[in-house]
Amino acid sequence: MDALNFVLNGQKVSYEGSANDRLLDVLRDEYDCKSVKCGCKEGECGACSVLIDGVLYNSCCVAMGAIADRSVVTMEGFRETERFAVLDKAFAEMSAVQCGFCIPGMVLAAEALLSANPHPDEEQIREGLSGNLCRCTGYNAIVKAVGNAAKEGNGLW
Amino acid sequence: MEKISQSVVKKDHSPKMGGRSVYVADYNTAKNGDGILTGKILHSKVARARIRGVEVPTLPDGYYYVDAKDIPGDNNVNIVLDDMPVYCRDTVEYIGEAIGMVVGPDSKKVDRILSEIKVNYEELEPVLDLRTAKEAFFNYEYGHGDMDKAFAEADHVYEEEFETGYQEQTYLETQGMMAEPEEGGSMYVHGSMQCIYYVHGAVKRVLNCEPEGVHIFQDVTGGGFGGKEAFPSILATEVAVAAKKANAPVRCVFDRREDMEYTSKRHPSICRIRAAVKDGKVTALDCDVTFNAGAYSTLSAVVLQRGIIAAPGVYNVPNIHVTGRALKTNTSPCGAYRGFGAPQTFFAIEMMMDHIAQDLGVESLAFKEAHLAKQNDPTSTCGKYHFPVPVQDMINEVDKVCDYRKKKAEYSKPQTGRYRRGIGMSMIFHGAGFTGSGERDIIKAVTRLHKYADGRVEILASNGEIGQGVRTTFCKIVANELNLPLEKVFYDHPDTARVPDSGPTVASRSLMTVGELLRRASIKLREIWKDGEEQEVEERYRQPDFMIPFSLEKFEGDAYPTYAWAVNAIEVEVDTLTGVTKVLGAYGNFDVGTPMDYNIVMGQMEGGFLQGIGYSSIEKMDYDDKGRIRNNSFSDYLIPTTKDVPNMQCMLHVEKFPDGPYGAKGAGELPLVGVPGAYLEAVEQALGGCKKHKLNHVPFTAEDTLKELMKEAE
Repeated sequence: MDALNFVLNGQKVSYEGSANDRLLDVLRDEYDCKSVKCGCKEGECGACSVLIDGVLYNSCCVAMGAIADRSVVTMEGFRETERFAVLDKAFAEMSAVQCGFCIPGMVLAAEALLSANPHPDEEQIREGLSGNLCRCTGYNAIVKAVGNAAKEGNGLW
Repeated sequence: MEKISQSVVKKDHSPKMGGRSVYVADYNTAKNGDGILTGKILHSKVARARIRGVEVPTLPDGYYYVDAKDIPGDNNVNIVLDDMPVYCRDTVEYIGEAIGMVVGPDSKKVDRILSEIKVNYEELEPVLDLRTAKEAFFNYEYGHGDMDKAFAEADHVYEEEFETGYQEQTYLETQGMMAEPEEGGSMYVHGSMQCIYYVHGAVKRVLNCEPEGVHIFQDVTGGGFGGKEAFPSILATEVAVAAKKANAPVRCVFDRREDMEYTSKRHPSICRIRAAVKDGKVTALDCDVTFNAGAYSTLSAVVLQRGIIAAPGVYNVPNIHVTGRALKTNTSPCGAYRGFGAPQTFFAIEMMMDHIAQDLGVESLAFKEAHLAKQNDPTSTCGKYHFPVPVQDMINEVDKVCDYRKKKAEYSKPQTGRYRRGIGMSMIFHGAGFTGSGERDIIKAVTRLHKYADGRVEILASNGEIGQGVRTTFCKIVANELNLPLEKVFYDHPDTARVPDSGPTVASRSLMTVGELLRRASIKLREIWKDGEEQEVEERYRQPDFMIPFSLEKFEGDAYPTYAWAVNAIEVEVDTLTGVTKVLGAYGNFDVGTPMDYNIVMGQMEGGFLQGIGYSSIEKMDYDDKGRIRNNSFSDYLIPTTKDVPNMQCMLHVEKFPDGPYGAKGAGELPLVGVPGAYLEAVEQALGGCKKHKLNHVPFTAEDTLKELMKEAE
């Protein structure tokens, strides 16, 4: 069987395993992307969110075969960007991170939202993050942080 | 705002934000060649049975089956009593109980072996219904005044029953624990937990070793909310026994369904209240509280104590009688969850007061206001409210923000359209710290500050960061008292090998109790500070002098040194076609004393408030006639998303506590406790009030609303 080629955080990689393997497991176990969290493995919580060609997916519900020749971004890659720096500052100022388990997925959801809509209103932010569960914060601080990041990062998205 | 309250960047922000924090599941696996074995639990599939035998297939090399026979010490997980086994004894008592564990390098093979194991059950009749359960783990009673006289002289006697369901903590990180045998024979256990010394005590006993034979470290923990108070002791003993047998590191991380079905949850409850009313005032309350403890007693004693102490609410009623029982059923043992027994009883008393007011034809809020306890009034247990009770001011502040009184009057007019509105208000307290003399007699907290020669100061305590910000607020207190920049003070995740026992991370106690010890330790250190030297100071808990000693036998005295207070208002719109209730506004006013960090406290308030709204409305969990929990996934057990309560406004009212650091009181649990009463009062008003629809249970789901509306059609 041919290896499966894809781009992970900007690097070309070849995966030798089965096309049926779960992207979440492969990212964590084969590529050491431990920022991708497993919260339910059923596509409900968003903790394992990654970007595939810029679109937000729950990696627990993606088979490796589906990402052939596509580009996958996890927090390991995103945290090196200027956009992350803006979100990082905004989340820090709102103390929007509590237990932290939902955060890598939540921040990638914010990135996906802001890429599609650089100036969202509060309702659009809430819509954009609605697939990512957080049990700690009640969401207000996260929603405000994303709104602040959109203002601060004017032009970045 | 006071300087200490000004928000800083949290100490744990950066690693968590960038996904660099290592949770227990993130240590590398055997696949990468570092030899961590995967452990998976063989759970009982029946609610009650005698185990005749377990047939384990021949295991490949490197795979192990572990059960009670492998336990070197006592097959008891030390929690409060000694009834919970590590691995089952002759019988299983609930679906999910651990019979054994399969351990090996490849998790898929472990799964296959698990599926091939045959358990021979001799099924016994389980007890599932709380209403018919008879075996009481705990049975309490207290009261004062003359109940007979009050009821004999009453103008009205009201009697009602209130029911609450399960609530699952649903921390985003499931339970997970890892045990590693060390050179020299000691066992290192680490994972997701709130209380390292609870786990230490439990593992030590099960492994039958000296205190130095085991040490416990708290990994980065993805939320707790009480769910990681006692259950980690159980899972830690299970993996420790497995690691001992395999002589290799063993890790067990629950999947979401396992976690939802088999770990501890909030106790379902039934509260029956009889109230005597004379001249428009409640003169006596007789409360009978029943909690579904599940199959083993775990924390039910202390949960029930807190619950029954809160049964008469924030009101000063001269005659009180309260009984409480935690009953055994063949279901998952219930345990700690933010609020710890009080949300159930506050819900009952708040609804009761509202229903009495409606029946008397008086405005519900005014009726409650007329009964509010004040400073120096007796508490339910004949202690004293030693400090000002700010509830009336807090009510007025909430009214100002959401126009409560005006809306309440407006929505009480008949509504006939598809969308109908209601608003409700609840008021509650939360006593921070252990109930009664627990802090003095059981916990006996000790903290240390270690100063390094370079001037950095390390906090040595056992309280775990679980998202509530304790790594930051502890440091703020010490830095403030020593007048050091915050970067010079640090507090790492605790390891029992390095830190003294400052008690568990529970009961909203860390900041108020341990934070004050750290403040006092800082003063000591300041007084002896010598530049360039390594120095250490220690501070131990002292009970405040003003407290009236609490007797657990009589339930008499000060159950808590002080109280945090909350007033919540919730405004809803019910769609009478679909039954769906929309929360138009949720307004929370919280007195936690001086906030040690404004953002951190607001994060606690908002997070807890939303959990409370979930508990009241959509978080429904139940078991079937076999005792199996049916709502074991995020698609069957719904928790609030970003879209459920966009208009949630929290505010802080500050009534300082002189014995807390800079006036701080306990905060973590407070925001959840009062929500059910406010929510259901609002829904009931939208449906036309209690004379039309008397509502008395939470969660109150869309289906419940439709059932109520169908009664109108009949």
